[in-house]
Amino acid sequence: MTTPDISLKASGRGRRRIVVNRIAELAALSAAIAAIAVLGILVWSVFSRGVHALNLDFFTKGPALFGQTGGGVAPALVGSLLLVGIATLMALPIGVLSAIYVSEFAPRRLGDQVRLWLDVLNGFPSIVIGIFVFALMVKTALPVVGWGHHQSALAGGFALAIIMLPLVARATMEVLALVPGELRDASYALGVSKWQTVLRVVLPTAFGGILTGTTLAIARAAGETAPLLFTCALAGQLTDWNPTHSVNSIPLTIFQYSEAPDENLHQQAWALAFVLIAFVLVTSLTARVLLERSRRKLGGPR
Amino acid sequence: MEAASVAAPEGLRRTRGRGDRIGDTVLYVITACAAVIGVAVVFMIVWRIAEGAWPAIKVFNASFLWHNEWNPVVNKFGARDLIIGTIVTSFGAVLLAAPLSIAIGLFLSELAPPSVRGPIGTLIEMLAAVPSVVVGLWGIYVLAPFNAQHVQPFISKFLGWIPLFANGQDKIESTVFSAMIVLTIMIIPITSSICRELFVGVPTELEEGAIGLGATRWEMVRTVVLPSVRGGVVAAVILGLGRALGEAIAVTQVIGNFIPLKRSIFEPGDTLASRTANQYQGAVSNIQVSSLIYLALILLVITLITNLFAQLVVKRFDVHRAGRD
Repeated sequence: MTTPDISLKASGRGRRRIVVNRIAELAALSAAIAAIAVLGILVWSVFSRGVHALNLDFFTKGPALFGQTGGGVAPALVGSLLLVGIATLMALPIGVLSAIYVSEFAPRRLGDQVRLWLDVLNGFPSIVIGIFVFALMVKTALPVVGWGHHQSALAGGFALAIIMLPLVARATMEVLALVPGELRDASYALGVSKWQTVLRVVLPTAFGGILTGTTLAIARAAGETAPLLFTCALAGQLTDWNPTHSVNSIPLTIFQYSEAPDENLHQQAWALAFVLIAFVLVTSLTARVLLERSRRKLGGPR
Repeated sequence: MEAASVAAPEGLRRTRGRGDRIGDTVLYVITACAAVIGVAVVFMIVWRIAEGAWPAIKVFNASFLWHNEWNPVVNKFGARDLIIGTIVTSFGAVLLAAPLSIAIGLFLSELAPPSVRGPIGTLIEMLAAVPSVVVGLWGIYVLAPFNAQHVQPFISKFLGWIPLFANGQDKIESTVFSAMIVLTIMIIPITSSICRELFVGVPTELEEGAIGLGATRWEMVRTVVLPSVRGGVVAAVILGLGRALGEAIAVTQVIGNFIPLKRSIFEPGDTLASRTANQYQGAVSNIQVSSLIYLALILLVITLITNLFAQLVVKRFDVHRAGRD
């Protein structure tokens, strides 16, 4: 029996392996740093360019007359509020109810199907959803359910609702799945019927999670431009609360101002982008933290 | 004995009265309707868009796909270069984003100290929350000028002999290249967060086994982590691809909206989604509107296929993993 020829001295190969490992670690680290740097640069450029144009007029006045400086974006702020409000009113009940169906009533296979198609809906390009609503409510010769064939906040809100629906539904499903089965069993054992269990035990327990999921969906919808292009883009310059009119909105105003030749409008586009980004980042961060907390609360004590 | 066994159902029947049965049914019907609406929307979208595109399909039929003209004056429309532009920008973005996302996923799951994993992961996910119109605005005024002045000439200096990377010295601001970078930024958070979850899900015993056998961390990743989640990573990348294919606003802001397509990516171009978005005020004739919807239909079919494929891979991957555990 010959002794195998093993040497315990560090060979060149060992060093190579360590170097390769080090390079891989550095690559991973720098990729993460690059992503965060991009976010930092993006937020910083929006902040530094937008902050000068922020003043009281900016929030309360309409756009300045052609060629004049100053003016504000009040119509866009009001319009966005209206659009997102309409979208939430449509998407929230449908989203939550369909999630209840999937997690409380549906057989597993059917539930999986609903989930799959909601995911597919989530993957649809938002411009396609805009075109869909355009074909359904704007272009069509027949007035659909009372409101005519023109662009309107209702059409825009409907398009945003389609964006929000899968987000709300999926978030609700996830929270409902976290509600402990023991709670339901306890409720049934007390002789409570299914519908009361769902409405009085399951939903209140999941309420926080549903709320934060909806907030995330609202943050997403508030920044969507593409669904509004064909449904709610050709608007006047005035503040308008009428949902059957086409209204201004924050993302669309940024889009239009960004391609305008006027320097004053660029400034306002940056300022508006700052307002939007601040709203979106603050709400999504808060919602995420709250979601994490409610998830821990639900999933924790077992 | 008999009295007791009769009394109990009697009592139960009283608590499960008619009200409860009606309540159960009503809630069931309402929620089922909501679910049906949710699913029906998907099919409504497909149906309505196909219907809206029908006039253009009748006029141009499938030749729309390989003809290249967008001329509202003579009502001639074709999508060839838009399709090519869509594929080039999206695949370019995915090629850049995939390795970066995998690296970020690995960093967050294997490398970073546990205390910073959460915050860094959240920051990177915040990148996904930035609205596309803001990314586009930033793209026009910050990214595109930087690319034009520094990045494009630099790449052209070394790779300019390849037609794809030629003409960087022209310092054009609205380019296919800038659109790729914008898309890369937008899909990295999506793919990297899926990758992270996949890597975290790899059983610790496997990783510890590899380390115990003397592997370095990189060797552990290469031989254990990556092979065991290969399918999931593919699905994550495809989901990112789906997002890139459909992004309209940010792309239309930086790409220059120009066809016919040039050979080089340092020239202006256009994509399906970007052309659609760009025409929102200009659609005059019925056939032009219908051609726009035709573009949306092509986009819809492409993204539908990519998404269903990714879902399928994910599902198979889940089943596979569930079976193994």
